[in-house]
Amino acid sequence: MDYELIVPYIPNLRRYARALVGDRDGADDLVQDTLERAVRKFHLWRPGDLRAWLFSIMHNVFVNQLKSRKISSDQEVDDTFAAPVPGATRADVLDLQRALGTLAPEQREVVLLVALEDMSYADVSRALGIPMGTVMSRLSRGRERLRRVMNGEVAQQRSGLKVVQ
Amino acid sequence: MSADPLRDDYADQTAQIKQFFEPVMTEPIPERMHLRQPAWIAHAKAAILVGIGIAIGLMVSMVAPLSSDPSLATAQLPLRAARAHVVYASEVRHPVEVDATQQEHLVKWLSKRLGIDLKVPVLAREGFELLGGRLLPGNEGPVAQFMYQDQSGKRLTLYVTRPHKGDALTAFRFAQEGPVSVFYWMDSECGYALSGELERPALAKVATAVYRQLEN
Repeated sequence: MDYELIVPYIPNLRRYARALVGDRDGADDLVQDTLERAVRKFHLWRPGDLRAWLFSIMHNVFVNQLKSRKISSDQEVDDTFAAPVPGATRADVLDLQRALGTLAPEQREVVLLVALEDMSYADVSRALGIPMGTVMSRLSRGRERLRRVMNGEVAQQRSGLKVVQ
Repeated sequence: MSADPLRDDYADQTAQIKQFFEPVMTEPIPERMHLRQPAWIAHAKAAILVGIGIAIGLMVSMVAPLSSDPSLATAQLPLRAARAHVVYASEVRHPVEVDATQQEHLVKWLSKRLGIDLKVPVLAREGFELLGGRLLPGNEGPVAQFMYQDQSGKRLTLYVTRPHKGDALTAFRFAQEGPVSVFYWMDSECGYALSGELERPALAKVATAVYRQLEN
């Protein structure tokens, strides 16, 4: 099989994994598991959108990893954006990686696929196996939450000062 | 204030995310991620390496005929493309026969000569602009070569050939021919090879864009 076809996408997979998982080793583990699975299942791929196929495999591996490590639930996000960033300082709030970590994994996936891979709603829907409507709502919630975290609106130690414009 | 500050925030947010993680794209790929290949690919690669050795000898006389054994044609595609790249990409004054200002004419002409509707990929997002193209002699008929250049003057060539009888379809592959990196593939209509004196990851990015544009 022509695994070489997958190779050009490895940097994309690594970039996405890094943003999704946060740390380098964890991200590369995710990529590694994804590649092994992709190679095993390559005979199932029919010429079409290889990128979406690879990202859908990464999604499945990611979900399995979350389950087996039981990471997810403490990062579950409520819709009121009331959940504070645990122990965040002002500087931390500005840290994009940490801010992304405050998103629920399923929101983070959608926000990152759109931002990093320029995926359309349809692409994301295919890659994650969820309906377009779900893509849209996760995207808007995820973006909004990320915006508020980055602006320090959700930080625990919120500054009382307002920026004078 | 802009009309929709939230929308602007998201555009900034997207740009920020992209910028933050962009360096990962060019990080060297860890050894463990190198996909294990079936033995026959390794053998084919070894054969190509032998081919390079022979090619160096042939370089002095570009007209030296290559074997027309169809089973070798696939292995020869990157080699021929790399040779054509070396010869024409270094041309300062006459890199192309027809330049990009006459793109429509160029594409019509080369399409007619090859007997297929050629598509010229747009690589502006990858930082390369079309310089133009030329017609080259191939083993079994004409070959089209399109040349691109980036702002620093680095050139890439896209070599397009009709498949020979007995050629197998080939998915995206990589070959290193001396200083020239080549990504190549064959679909049912054509063989394509993108060559450049670029590092493999950088060329892979452009080649992926070419592949996506041509195979869709």
